[in-house]
Amino acid sequence: MKNKMSLANLIITIFLSILAFIALFPFYQTIMLSFSTVTDVGSGKLFLFPSTFDLSSYKFLLLEGKVTQGLIISVIVTIAGTVMSLIVTTAGAYALSKKTLPGRNLIFNGIIFTMFFSGGLIPYFLTLQKLHFQNSLLVMIIPLAVNTFYLILMKNFFNTISPSLEESARIDGAQDITILVRIVVPVSMPIIATMILFYAVDRWNEWWVPTLFINDTKLYPLQLVLRNALTNMSQIIGNAAGSQLAAGTQNIYGDSVRSAMIVISAVPIILVYPFIQKYFAKGIMIGSIKG
Amino acid sequence: METDTELKLQSSMTLRQTGNRLWKEIVKHKYLYILVAPVVIFYIVFTYIPMYGIVLAFKEFDYSKGILGSPWNNFQNFNEVFANPDFRVAFRNTLLISLGRLIIEFPVPIVLALLLNEISKGRMTRIFQTVFTFPHFISWVVLSGIVVGIFNDQGLYNQILTVLGIEKTSVLTDGPGFTAVLFLSNIWKEAGWSCILYLAAIAGINPELYEAASVDGANRFQQMKAITWPVLKSTAAVLLILAVGNIMNGGFDQIFNMYNPAVYDYADILDTYVYRSAFTDATGFGFSTTVGLLKSVINFALLFGANYLVKTIGKEEGL
Repeated sequence: MKNKMSLANLIITIFLSILAFIALFPFYQTIMLSFSTVTDVGSGKLFLFPSTFDLSSYKFLLLEGKVTQGLIISVIVTIAGTVMSLIVTTAGAYALSKKTLPGRNLIFNGIIFTMFFSGGLIPYFLTLQKLHFQNSLLVMIIPLAVNTFYLILMKNFFNTISPSLEESARIDGAQDITILVRIVVPVSMPIIATMILFYAVDRWNEWWVPTLFINDTKLYPLQLVLRNALTNMSQIIGNAAGSQLAAGTQNIYGDSVRSAMIVISAVPIILVYPFIQKYFAKGIMIGSIKG
Repeated sequence: METDTELKLQSSMTLRQTGNRLWKEIVKHKYLYILVAPVVIFYIVFTYIPMYGIVLAFKEFDYSKGILGSPWNNFQNFNEVFANPDFRVAFRNTLLISLGRLIIEFPVPIVLALLLNEISKGRMTRIFQTVFTFPHFISWVVLSGIVVGIFNDQGLYNQILTVLGIEKTSVLTDGPGFTAVLFLSNIWKEAGWSCILYLAAIAGINPELYEAASVDGANRFQQMKAITWPVLKSTAAVLLILAVGNIMNGGFDQIFNMYNPAVYDYADILDTYVYRSAFTDATGFGFSTTVGLLKSVINFALLFGANYLVKTIGKEEGL
């Protein structure tokens, strides 16, 4: 019996290991490709290891300017957007966690409703256009300030804080904003750290809102620079529609440059991932689904 | 007569009293209102005002006149939408892709959670979870770049085929092949993430239940069926309701970054169609708003329908 159980364990572990390998291999291969030279790519090897450790793709991207510019825009938007989102979400979630607040249910249900019904793309586009968000970096900050899931998550966390903690300060005559800043925020560091990570990842990954509203290529965030480079590739493939001739004429040098671009876009996420993992592993996401 | 006026007087007093009390409550909470104000303004400006723009579905949009000033056009947009063959293709594709996702993608995180729960807790489980969850945090722009790179002419997939002596294929321009890539790559990105919710549900199970069951001679499969599955079922029910309420969406972020004109017949969904008809083909904002409205309404109805069915037939808690 004991033996049989560990055999089952072994089989499951091997199976999951294969899946893990498959999940990671595309990333590995992309990184290797980004360090490969033109001749390596052309020779059609499997890119398990590059024969040389070649940085010319990265050099090319840094000198070319678009990627550097996108990088700067993305960093600005990520920092400003995360600060903005954190302040608005924390303040709102704290107020909504107070059951005595008149009108709280109305506000909360109004927010929940937007998760399931929306005006759709065109009315959204026209509204933001009217508010002069077109070609403004603010479009990647203000209209994305609140994520409903994160707001609920934070509200649920505040609900778990013992009221007695705030009582004494209230008796001393402190008002709500002071209590939030002085008492609630210091004991809510785990959820605040989670919010910072989630919002920062979202802002960094944001490509849809700038696709809609940013036409000025100087204001492109990194995701959009990358998207344009990649879309060109899939358009080429699409137009070729299977024709070997056309597909074969693709710029081969492009493969390692594109891979380098992908790596640059993903590196910040890889760097913060261990921290993200630490928090969601605690099961902090549960609140979001139970609402 | 007298009592009547007295009663009226009394009730108006209580009304004023409750009014006063409410006002006092509001004043007492004024700082909380200041705190919640940005959130309220955010939702009004960025979700509720656009909802008002839905009236465009019933209007002939004229850019110079704006949403308000554009003339009504007697359901002309709806007639145009229903008569449009591209709309029908997109509608069909959205349904098929979403159903495919429900059948193929939806069970994967459940199986994954069950498997992770079976192997001994500890370092291995954590490593697997770390690996499987990682792609969730990478954008579809980046992931589709990687996926397209794998399946293009000189990509890994065709290199493997060449090594095996099989002729190269163009997966991304072949409808069924592209659809398969959609399902697989979405599993790659999201299965590990969805799995967390199931694992959290499993973590709430009292371990003594398993011990008691194994003392009673239940094997691991029986334990899984009798203890783990009933707990997972309620999590699955909630996620299923949400998924059904998303049927008309079909996964815009992924498809928009991955598709190409050669697979429009299979992969063009309502959202991608709305985007192109509004911004690329300039079919008109009224037309696109109408498609968006139909989508929202169907989704909303499906959500409630699924919630009702799960509650009554499935005897689960629902939303």
